Amino acid sequence: MNVPRACDLGLIGCDACGKVLQARQHAEHCPRCDAPLRRRKPDSLVRSWALLLSAAILYVPANLLPIMHTVQLLNVEHSTILSGVVLLWKNGSWDLAIIVFVASIVVPLVKIVCLALLLLTAQSGSTWAPRERTQLYRVLEFIGHWSMLDVFVVALLMTLVHFGKFAQVEAGAGVVAFCAVVVLTMLASMSFDPRLIWDQQTDRDAARP
Amino acid sequence: MDTTALVICEHCDSVYRRMPLHHGQTACCTQCGAVLYSNRSLDLDAMLALAVAAMIVLLIANAYPLMQVELGGITRETTLWNIILITFDSKVGLIAVVSALSIFFFPLLQIALYLYVLLPLRLGHVPPAFAGAMHALRQMQPWSMVEVFVLGVLVSVVKLAGVATVSAETGLWGFGVLTLLITALGGFDLRELWDRAAELGE
Repeated sequence: MNVPRACDLGLIGCDACGKVLQARQHAEHCPRCDAPLRRRKPDSLVRSWALLLSAAILYVPANLLPIMHTVQLLNVEHSTILSGVVLLWKNGSWDLAIIVFVASIVVPLVKIVCLALLLLTAQSGSTWAPRERTQLYRVLEFIGHWSMLDVFVVALLMTLVHFGKFAQVEAGAGVVAFCAVVVLTMLASMSFDPRLIWDQQTDRDAARP
Repeated sequence: MDTTALVICEHCDSVYRRMPLHHGQTACCTQCGAVLYSNRSLDLDAMLALAVAAMIVLLIANAYPLMQVELGGITRETTLWNIILITFDSKVGLIAVVSALSIFFFPLLQIALYLYVLLPLRLGHVPPAFAGAMHALRQMQPWSMVEVFVLGVLVSVVKLAGVATVSAETGLWGFGVLTLLITALGGFDLRELWDRAAELGE
């Protein structure tokens, strides 16, 4: 089935309130909600790439630097995200170990790789599986903020284990890098416009004899 | 051309004509599978009830301690604000700012804005600065992370279980309930509130 697209019909939908307008009549702002009217998110690919690359770079220190220092009776232990997962697993809470592993290691990595895939295919004008790529985008939007889990855990442990020399948890530099990765990947996926996946689609269809 | 009966898919730009739906039905885009609209009729009473309940629960969750930790005879109770302030005084102040925004300020503002928008609409008029409030609500939604925080509390309880005695307090239950209420509120489509306000404005 061929469904008409707004850009071909001269229609424009307001991103904020969903109102449908004729593109020519209302040039700049939505008459109902005053949000700027745009066919596509501005500079979507460039912004998304910039944010994504920064996130990818910070992903390295986020995983290598310790996120926590545990001081217990003169014995200092540095833990990274991965060693925290291993510790949970060894203590027998394999269910939470899996949750933390997925939220802190798998989700950020999957987000970075998948968003790069979406950007590359949108940029090269690929016509491959547009429906699945749009669904992938929706999954990325949904899982984005769950990676904040480890940041909150560090903040909580720092506050709860605050017993001076006896036992003390301090935050490491890794947690700042990790927090930045989560925020940057969220911003990167917000800047990406999934309609770009479909723009190439119709261009190709039109070009076909 | 009358454009009021049209709906454009957010994710692929396809245009459809709105059709009346039966109860519980959802209209999805045939091209990309995104949800276009659902017949979940906009129930202002239900939304308002949820928003009022969420505000009360948020106050309780923040006023009472989240949990109690006991180690070597020392007992410590923690509220959300303890966590934010102690984290802020450490070397990683940025974490405190992000936590304060995503667990306290955004959820609080979100619920307050819902109340500000819903109450006048329920009484039959559009509040001043309606557009601004609605834009703020839409933009804040992805940054409000109460549900992630609740999971974070559970993880830290387990991490501490071997070292110290940890018990959950009123505040934690409050945050658990708040998660459910905010999720329920977020399930309503803000675009339908715009339509309702437009009807009232005419």
